[in-house]
Amino acid sequence: MVIGSGPIIIGQAAEFDYAGTQACQSLREEGISVVLVNSNPATIMTDPETADRVYIEPLNVEFVEQIIAIEKPDGLLPTLGGQTGLNLATELATHGVLDRHNVRLLGTPLKAIQRAEDRERFRKLMRKIGEPVPESWIIEKEGELKDLLREPNLPWPLIVRPAYTLGGTGGGVANTPEELIEIGSGGLKLSPRHQVMVERFLGGWKEVEYEVMRDAADTCITICNMENFDPMGIHTGDSIVVAPSQTLSDKEYQMLRTASLKIIRALGIEGGCNVQLSLNPHSFEYQVIEVNPRVSRSSALASKATGYPIARVAAKIAIGLRLDEIANAVTKKTLACFEPALDYCVVKIPRWPFDKFGLADRRVTSQMKATGEVMALGRTFEEALLKAMRSLEIGIHGLRPKNADQRTEMEIEQGLETATDERLFLICEAFYRGMSVDEAAQLTNVDRWFLTKLSRLVALDAKLRGLRSAMKPAATPEALAAIRTAKTIGFGDRHLSELLQIPEPEIRALVKSLGIKASYKMVDTCAAEFEAQTPYFYSVFDDDETEVAA
Amino acid sequence: MARAHLVLANGTVFEGESFGAGGTSIGEVVFNTGMTGYQEILTDPSYAGQLVTLTYPLIGNYGVTEADFESRRVQAAGLIIKELCDVPSNWRSEGTLASFLERANIIGIHGIDTRKLTREIRSAGVMMGAISTDGDIEALKNRIASVRYETIDFVSQVSTGKPFVWNADGDVKYRIALLDCGVKFNILRSLAKLGAETTVWPARTSADAILATTPDGVFLSPGPGDPDLLGDIKANVRRLAESKPTMGICLGNQLIGCAFGGRTYKLPFGHRGSNHPVKDLTTGRVVITSQNHGYALAPEFTSPDIEVWQVNLNDGTVEGLRHKSLPVFSIQYHPEASPGPTDSKGYFGQFLRMIDQNK
Repeated sequence: MVIGSGPIIIGQAAEFDYAGTQACQSLREEGISVVLVNSNPATIMTDPETADRVYIEPLNVEFVEQIIAIEKPDGLLPTLGGQTGLNLATELATHGVLDRHNVRLLGTPLKAIQRAEDRERFRKLMRKIGEPVPESWIIEKEGELKDLLREPNLPWPLIVRPAYTLGGTGGGVANTPEELIEIGSGGLKLSPRHQVMVERFLGGWKEVEYEVMRDAADTCITICNMENFDPMGIHTGDSIVVAPSQTLSDKEYQMLRTASLKIIRALGIEGGCNVQLSLNPHSFEYQVIEVNPRVSRSSALASKATGYPIARVAAKIAIGLRLDEIANAVTKKTLACFEPALDYCVVKIPRWPFDKFGLADRRVTSQMKATGEVMALGRTFEEALLKAMRSLEIGIHGLRPKNADQRTEMEIEQGLETATDERLFLICEAFYRGMSVDEAAQLTNVDRWFLTKLSRLVALDAKLRGLRSAMKPAATPEALAAIRTAKTIGFGDRHLSELLQIPEPEIRALVKSLGIKASYKMVDTCAAEFEAQTPYFYSVFDDDETEVAA
Repeated sequence: MARAHLVLANGTVFEGESFGAGGTSIGEVVFNTGMTGYQEILTDPSYAGQLVTLTYPLIGNYGVTEADFESRRVQAAGLIIKELCDVPSNWRSEGTLASFLERANIIGIHGIDTRKLTREIRSAGVMMGAISTDGDIEALKNRIASVRYETIDFVSQVSTGKPFVWNADGDVKYRIALLDCGVKFNILRSLAKLGAETTVWPARTSADAILATTPDGVFLSPGPGDPDLLGDIKANVRRLAESKPTMGICLGNQLIGCAFGGRTYKLPFGHRGSNHPVKDLTTGRVVITSQNHGYALAPEFTSPDIEVWQVNLNDGTVEGLRHKSLPVFSIQYHPEASPGPTDSKGYFGQFLRMIDQNK
């Protein structure tokens, strides 16, 4: 039995349909008959072809027990249906339903899931294996705030998070004892449970994730690492993410990879898991933020980014197969037991629904607000980023925000300091108006590597804008050269059309006459080391070879 | 920066831009699929005589940091990449990759469709090539045709000229003799961390001279080139391995194999990357390893005392040997990582424990 993820909510959308569908196919490949339960009929997984038996019923203990009684499944796979599937499986186990009907829980043992999900147990385990977690304290009385201040070596600055308030209202960053008392007591008043958590604030630190797999024989591999463009403080689901990491040296990459493997081993996970870490941009210091002991939103992204079918492999691990017994479905010659090598760059940008919710608070914080995301691949960061930006379908075809000319300097600076859905575009606008990379880095804490790339894109954008007069009656050699550069970097025709004020079909014809055309490269999990069989391609404009599926 | 060409022995020509030094460099064109670690790769002596293609397209992002070098100089003959980063960003960065290569007088070429190049090497095998700013393609083709990687004794080029001691002042519990065919610093650092003082010997030091210093154990380093050119070293290795607890890495694994009656053969495009799965046939466990080798051992040995205990999951090639009765083992990959995963660093400890057990 496979449990789906139910209705679509923020943070739990089509990713889990993708994972669940893959898992059903993967299990049936092994000759296993699959019973699927999901309350959401608008999914691929509930298509009659996906599973042997499909139940569209409420996802609660009462209904699922009845289905179990009818179908008598041998096992239950709970880690592919997001938090909903996992919670329901946990309930079924604690209510004795699984024992009553002799159903085995497949994949990661329940104990391991609880170790990862219970904050205190997780922190205890991390301390035991020597992995750093940010210090934190639960405060329930004002007096306890004063006690806290007596602790030696408090790791300033501290962040105050009131418990059970929506969107983190009443919280904030305290740099001094006075601020801690002020924000802390305010938070206590606002919290319905009169509780705040005080935690070390990792502001400006890099946020890095690793997707990890482990089988029952304790073989562990990492599928992909990802680096957030946005530093700590913004939910990964609301962050622009690149894969693989771009600003980490091999020592940093391996340090965090080793920590991730140590954590998945200590937890005893069998299947996939996502480890979130935070890295100090000025030292080797890092902190473990959290672990998702299941297929997650990030693993769907990692799957698409690398071509490695995480859910498919996780399902096979759950029925006892080992990583070296599972074929790599992409190369068909090698095994699932390897780490994908990327020879391209992946950029994910969240898609927020503020166009539909005009009055909503557009700030992006630690609580996820995005309802979708776009992902693009390119041979360079610029190419992937530009593809992703124009795929957002928010009515912007270039780099600058809507109503760019009407934005005040103050508005832009504020938009850089406090992130909203528009920050990426506002950073570009700031560069457009002459802000330096250093200033932008100071305001945003975004790594200079990303900012330098953006500032250069803006410079090219401005250059093209300045070439409008060089396009008539016929494009000058200088204009043609700039168009060639822009196309190979990844500018879209519509973007060029707006910059040069030439109709899009004319731009297209001009580009064609310059001999610039897209070629297609394959996502093959192995950076071309082995021949691959998958029909998964991305377009590039500055290479000339088109690959065909072998 | 100037226009530059990459010319392959099979006649394929790629055009790009040079960085670092100018001029012409001829070498064997190979590819590495690791996504990080360009500094470690460039300074790894096993890349001597090779023009290294990095399949990851964005290179130089985190700059250059001397602490990450694996030897005292750039060892690769040239670097082939897609995009060069000229504004690196990392707290440890001391400069750009281009200025580093310029100081080292090594040529690099960027703007190359490295995926197309990799696909070509994958299907045709590694071959000689040249990176050049000269522009005379026909002359380059002739020059490439006159050089063969297999005939050059790179080990004598990269090995230390005279013995030196690493970690002499540390808290020393073990004294190791290392035969330097192209050692990486992180091998010495890894041994030092576990309390070993290592004497690094020129590759062609006689076994007698090394044994006269009564080391606790012998370490056989990785190194470049065709192992068939190292017949004299193989004879030394047999003597050393039969006298002292011995561990070998990469070329060291091949030397042990050959010393006990094995032979090596050239792989079509080698193993170079940070993602190679290796299975321990005793425990069944698989580890992801860092690899860099163009030759492999055939799994047959005239001596009945040698057994294969680890294999590569991708192509089944030999990844580890051990002696059935003597304290001798070797692995084809790099437990010292740098670059790559550190999952198998435990072998250094295993080596030292083996010394303890045989004292």
